[in-house]
Amino acid sequence: MTTSNVSATVSSARRPGASLGEVPLPVPAWSRVTRRIFGHRGLAIGLIVVGLAVLIAIFAPLLAPHDPYHQDIANRMVPPVWHDKGSWVHVLGTDKLGRDTLSRLLFGTRISLTIGLVVALISGIIGTTLGVLAGYFGGRVDAVISYIITTRLAMPVVLVALALASLTGGSLITVILLLGLLLWDRFAVVSRSVTQQMRDAEYVYAARTLGCSLPYILLREVLPNIAGSLIVVMTLEMAHAILLEATLSFLGMGVQPPLPSWGLMVAEGKAYMFFQPWVIAIPGIALFLLVLAINLLGDGLRDLNAPGGRN
Amino acid sequence: MGTFIFRRVLVAMSVALTISIVSFMLLHLSGDLATSIAGPEATAEQVEQIRIDYGLDQPIVNQYLDWLGGALTFDFGHSYYYQSTVVDLIVDRMPITLTLGGVALALAVSISIPLGVLAALKRDTWVDRLALLFAVVGQAMPSFWFGLTLIVVFAVTLQWLPAAGSDGWQHFVLPAIALGYYATPAMMRLTRTGMLEVLESDYIRTARAKGLRTGAVIFKHALRNAIIPVVALAAVELGFMLGGSVVIESVFSLNGLGQLAWDAISRNDYPVVQAVVLIIALFYIVLTLLADVANAALDPRIRTR
Repeated sequence: MTTSNVSATVSSARRPGASLGEVPLPVPAWSRVTRRIFGHRGLAIGLIVVGLAVLIAIFAPLLAPHDPYHQDIANRMVPPVWHDKGSWVHVLGTDKLGRDTLSRLLFGTRISLTIGLVVALISGIIGTTLGVLAGYFGGRVDAVISYIITTRLAMPVVLVALALASLTGGSLITVILLLGLLLWDRFAVVSRSVTQQMRDAEYVYAARTLGCSLPYILLREVLPNIAGSLIVVMTLEMAHAILLEATLSFLGMGVQPPLPSWGLMVAEGKAYMFFQPWVIAIPGIALFLLVLAINLLGDGLRDLNAPGGRN
Repeated sequence: MGTFIFRRVLVAMSVALTISIVSFMLLHLSGDLATSIAGPEATAEQVEQIRIDYGLDQPIVNQYLDWLGGALTFDFGHSYYYQSTVVDLIVDRMPITLTLGGVALALAVSISIPLGVLAALKRDTWVDRLALLFAVVGQAMPSFWFGLTLIVVFAVTLQWLPAAGSDGWQHFVLPAIALGYYATPAMMRLTRTGMLEVLESDYIRTARAKGLRTGAVIFKHALRNAIIPVVALAAVELGFMLGGSVVIESVFSLNGLGQLAWDAISRNDYPVVQAVVLIIALFYIVLTLLADVANAALDPRIRTR
């Protein structure tokens, strides 16, 4: 108990925000985990914001003050409440078709989170499979898979995704599939190098000697040990996918109107940004905050995973 | 060293070939090109006519070999939309994208490296935290939105710089900031980690023990070693930025390769799309090759891998 406690205190003392003069107090075992999480300010902020976003996505129909698709031409381009002409009826104002911005923003959380989660899941399965096989077998398998990874890295993702989305006719599902099939590279790179490190570990060697089947070794011995690294990559790829979806939708090749994608909201507000800058500021800030929170969560998890350093 | 370079060049060439195959197949198999080109109002006969006119009725392998034969002699065919060859269009637009990428990289390097060094030297102080904040914000900012915000603030409200066009150097400032910020966080973090590692090494302790001035230790001994991986990353980031310029060019109405690609995509001008994808990929491949070779030249351990 004492050693792990000391190392937790030492590593948390180096984190931003933790005071250096912190006296290590004895901590009951049950609260060690929460202490490690909340002793890290970035991780705590990330967790809270992402948790809030998940709640908003689930309860969007209850929270939204208006129907996000309801058009009201008489009340178009209403400014937000802090503006002189704003009102509490439309807290964040309305867009060019008179739709309530706050309601669209709340429902938009669903799109961003779905994209992030499903894309990270698809690309995670593809990338981890490739990476684990390459790292475990090495040799010719590794050469082939490394070549596939190199090739994928050289493909300009934004351009290829734009072209394919335009050909297949952009929609939520095509965007998810496209990004899922494109963004597996980091999963593959990370799981390959972590698997390489444990290929010759004694427990893997023991399992092999005992005659365990290959799927058993890969799934029961290797996978649990690379799960920590994979979760970190997963958060980073979620953030990446959310930004890319917004970019594709902004360029008109992603999620199609009238869906309340945040990228699409920025695109629809672009013509009005000179005189009513909030129409692009509000969805942009929402996007920024969600991605920031997911990244903070990822950075924090990486620190918990390897308490050695912040980078 | 010779064999190392030879091997890397071979790999790079085969990667380029693979990408040309993959992008060709993806474009031709993910939808019916003839239907897309003909548009929604076309009759079945018109679609068939287009299919024959553009050679889309041929087996796909023949189509690819035809295209590849041309591409090897820099003949990417004719644009469906413009009255011009694809090569002319690309040569025409290339300088703008390269200028944008170059200026953005210069900006990113000149901000991220000093900031990374400073963060490492002032580890765990407010300077370090500020640098980290700068990186974290940069990683979360959607580049198209950051570009629009720059336009609203610096071009419209303050009127310091133009919002669109590519007539003079002023036109490249805002787009380069928007594009360059995207590459800064990773380079800053890598510089910081590298410096931290190097500063704790034995040879730095020796240099200090010899009584060298701190400045000499930092710049002559530490930075020179810490910067090797950052140079490689800078090359890779330039490749990414050329690919990502499609977003920034569309935000700032810069008439470069990215804008060309986007226009071509929305007009179903596939010969242009295909060529731009391949050329951006080629840039990336050449840049990573150069980074690999430079790395191996600076650090002999890499060659044996």
